[in-house]
Amino acid sequence: MEQLIFKPKSRWREFFGEKLISVNAFVALIAILLIFVFIFKEAIPIFVDDYVKEDASLDKMVFKQQYYEGREAKWSWQPNSEVPKFSLWPLFIGTLKASLVAMLFAVPLGVGAAIYCSEFASRRIREIIKPAIEMLAAIPSVVLGFFALMVLATALQNTLGLTFRLNAINAGIALGLAVIPIVFTVAEDAMTSVPHSLRDAATALGANPWQVSLTTVLPAAIPGISAGVVLGFGRAVGETMIVLMASGNAAIVSASFLDSVRTFSATIAAELAEVVFGDTHYHVLFMIGSLLFVFTFLINLGGDIVLTRLKERLQGKAT
Amino acid sequence: MKTIELQPNTNSLEVVGHLKFGRKRRGFIPRGLTFLAVLIILLMLAVIIGNIVIGGIGTISWEFLTHPPEQGMEAGGVFPAIFGTVALVILMVIAVIPIGVFTAIYLQEYTSPKSRITRLIRIAINNLAGVPSIVFGLFGLGFFIAFVGGGLDLLFYPEEGPVWGQPAIIWASLTLALLTLPVVIISTEEALRMIPRELREASYALGGTKLQTIWRIIIPQATPGILTGSILAVSRGAGEVAPIMFTGAAYYLPYLPTKLNDQFMELGYHVYVMATQSPDIEATKPLLYGTVLVLLLLTFSLNSVAILIRSRMRRSRVSAQ
Repeated sequence: MEQLIFKPKSRWREFFGEKLISVNAFVALIAILLIFVFIFKEAIPIFVDDYVKEDASLDKMVFKQQYYEGREAKWSWQPNSEVPKFSLWPLFIGTLKASLVAMLFAVPLGVGAAIYCSEFASRRIREIIKPAIEMLAAIPSVVLGFFALMVLATALQNTLGLTFRLNAINAGIALGLAVIPIVFTVAEDAMTSVPHSLRDAATALGANPWQVSLTTVLPAAIPGISAGVVLGFGRAVGETMIVLMASGNAAIVSASFLDSVRTFSATIAAELAEVVFGDTHYHVLFMIGSLLFVFTFLINLGGDIVLTRLKERLQGKAT
Repeated sequence: MKTIELQPNTNSLEVVGHLKFGRKRRGFIPRGLTFLAVLIILLMLAVIIGNIVIGGIGTISWEFLTHPPEQGMEAGGVFPAIFGTVALVILMVIAVIPIGVFTAIYLQEYTSPKSRITRLIRIAINNLAGVPSIVFGLFGLGFFIAFVGGGLDLLFYPEEGPVWGQPAIIWASLTLALLTLPVVIISTEEALRMIPRELREASYALGGTKLQTIWRIIIPQATPGILTGSILAVSRGAGEVAPIMFTGAAYYLPYLPTKLNDQFMELGYHVYVMATQSPDIEATKPLLYGTVLVLLLLTFSLNSVAILIRSRMRRSRVSAQ
């Protein structure tokens, strides 16, 4: 116990120790602000710089453009052609298609597994499922991308007889694998935090276990489950390596999910390395980064608020 | 009160019987469907891991782990990529652990959870965890390389070419440190929350100041949690590719990084490069699978160690109370 007898220390040491700790605590906050500032700073020229606006003004990025005399107007992303074309529309469609497939794939599986885990599974089975999902979450996204590129794409092409190996379905399924752990974790957490008094009350009223789940636990946990779905969508939109490797990266405007797609995130990853610093293309890529940042920021903020409120309600005035 | 019938009626038994019957049937479909979801997930996990293990196990050898790539990545090994990954995460850990641990201590020990500043920091942490990794890459390029690195060059090396204002291992590791900061904070906080209040009170009763209590009681007690957080951060950092693509990772380097402003090779990036840029994918395939397996083994072993430490920590706390 000798170690625990304290020598009186000087007051300034205490003071600076506390200051050191509190300064570090603000790093996360400062980092978010710096990310905001430094991403947006490079996107601003799109709104003010005349040279940049010439090729990449807002309406050129959003509306159909007629690039050559006599040809029909279209949306086109060809930043390196003679007439650089910076329409964001094909990338938007691509991002939407890949994330939609990912959500259609991941939400039923993630929510289903979460319901099973929280409502039906015995303790022993739960201790198999949870580490397995943690393992899935631990697979680096480049490995999932690799798997989709080398194995899944071929399997899908052979079974469905597709013309393009790399398409929105392929990228979406791989993306779904990265989304499942998020949906599962948040949904499962929401359901297990439904207080036992609620379950007991329903059981006392004569509900059987499944009725308890369906009529009591699920409705109470719905905000949490939907927060999980929304957070998963945020992840799907922001995920980069999987779509970069598995989507084919062709910027096409089409309704077919069997076409190749190019997403916002993959566009940044594929093009930033070869872009000229300070060029129009450079600013457009940062503008896409800003879009991604704002989108995920809002989603995370929303999810955060919903989950905090849900926990407060379930633990506080639930009765 | 018409519903209460006290007649000794066999009907009631039948009713109970029907209900029981209904119970079983009604529970069966949802139980089966949700179990199917679990099965599909487990099956896919098994297919992915099985495929990579079967494809890569034949490639892994001492030669593979200790030799550089040769013949345009169609032969040789991945040693520079392993070396680069290890160097990268070591630098990252040096940056992220003090910041993460101090932040957790500040949130748990110095402020009340209800205060506005705590909420603000917490929102920032949650959002930092949700920022897409490619945005971190953009940030690393715009802030660390162009702003900090470029600034250093302007101040100290105005005559030479870029010294710090170029992709380098230090910038990549700092970018990753920001990305993994939430992991360390959350894990440390969990450990701090488990420390019984009595320990703190005992320390104060013996005349310990707040700082002495933190340094000699709290941090030693929280070590398993800090360790878990660090390992999870390393595992996450070792697997991320998007943030380091523009901040320091190189396709191929004939030398190992020795200075903070050197570029480096990295396992995940090596996988990406081999899978997408190889002129002859069939020739690269065995090496590619081998590299993926090495990366997967690295992240999985780190994660299992972290999970083990965490479950031990939780169990020992439960038994202590």
